[in-house]
Amino acid sequence: MTAPAAAYGKALDLITRVRSVRGAMLVSAEDGIVVAEQLMEGIKGPAVSALAASLAARLRRAMEAAGVGASLFWHLQAEQGALLVVPTSGGTLVVAVASRTSMWDWCASSCCGRRR
Amino acid sequence: MPDEIKTLSSQLAQDPDSLVFLRLGELLRHKGQLDTAHRVALTGLERHPHLPDAHDLYARILADKHDYERAFDEWDMALRIAPDHVGALKGLAFLYFKIGDVQQAAAHLEAAQRVAPDDPGVAQALAMARGGEGGPADAEAVAGGGATEALTAPEPIAPAAQPLEEARVFAGLEGAQEGLLLLDASGRVLGGALKDSGGRDVTDAVAAYLAGVSQEAARTVKLLGLGKWTGLAAEGHHGHVHLAAPTSDALLLVVRDRAVPMGRLAVIAQRAALAARRWLEAHA
Repeated sequence: MTAPAAAYGKALDLITRVRSVRGAMLVSAEDGIVVAEQLMEGIKGPAVSALAASLAARLRRAMEAAGVGASLFWHLQAEQGALLVVPTSGGTLVVAVASRTSMWDWCASSCCGRRR
Repeated sequence: MPDEIKTLSSQLAQDPDSLVFLRLGELLRHKGQLDTAHRVALTGLERHPHLPDAHDLYARILADKHDYERAFDEWDMALRIAPDHVGALKGLAFLYFKIGDVQQAAAHLEAAQRVAPDDPGVAQALAMARGGEGGPADAEAVAGGGATEALTAPEPIAPAAQPLEEARVFAGLEGAQEGLLLLDASGRVLGGALKDSGGRDVTDAVAAYLAGVSQEAARTVKLLGLGKWTGLAAEGHHGHVHLAAPTSDALLLVVRDRAVPMGRLAVIAQRAALAARRWLEAHA
């Protein structure tokens, strides 16, 4: 395993350890390609990553046009869970798929909690 | 042509806000200087993000660079801003031919023909798509070539959709005219308005970028087996936004500065969504 791949694996491991997180990915923001992933069986990583990158791009453009700047963190909430996305300065998206009970744990420990 | 490029470059340097970048980008593209054309188009697009011709130019450069996915996005954006943009319709037809979806390609060419009935390139591509002489490959070439003509005869920019009875949708709600926006599935503004921190009206620009978000959000959560999407909350450098779907065909956007906590924003969005749903039901 190369050094970056090991680092990605370690980062994803920290996310997927959170209770009820079903998977995490590093996705190229530009083209939606999966850079690294740790997903539970049944999650279609490439399709989800493509949609997440597309949503991120639309959201970024809309937010910039609205004058609130690029997004630091966004989450798509659904009845049974959420998709949580953190765009990084390096042009990747950290994407986590969470079931309903886990998303706030993840947000508090890995994202909002870290920045606040 | 080199002289013209030099002249246009000089004009653009003197007036960076000038629309001369459209002609310059196209000339560079024709010359095969795709990286330079890309830079010119992108800079122009940053200065004129609501100009469909700028998205069209950028899309053609991306298509020349075989970046078809982003080209699709740009032509799609041009069409959302100006639904009758012939260049974008031809460009999308070209991409549909590329992936072998002749039916969609023909549909876009038909739409282009309705707007520009005298365009020989469209007629020729359409005839081929319908099974006339040549084949889809020829039609692809015609559609793709036709797309390059859009700038020599620029299409007028479609007038922005006018908000419908905007005051009534969010009547009584905080920030109805500067931080609440209701859109239909195609990005048409149904109510509310948005202003940036400088007081500039950014309603149409934001609406154009948000067209399609509701469908993408729905596809994403469906793919993940998470049921229906209920909201999308995002933190920005200078503010927070919350998106909700008052109905399956509508999208609500709430924008507030960073002083407003995300939880409070969700409550505001919930109230606005309720008002929007009632308004939409009343106007159905």
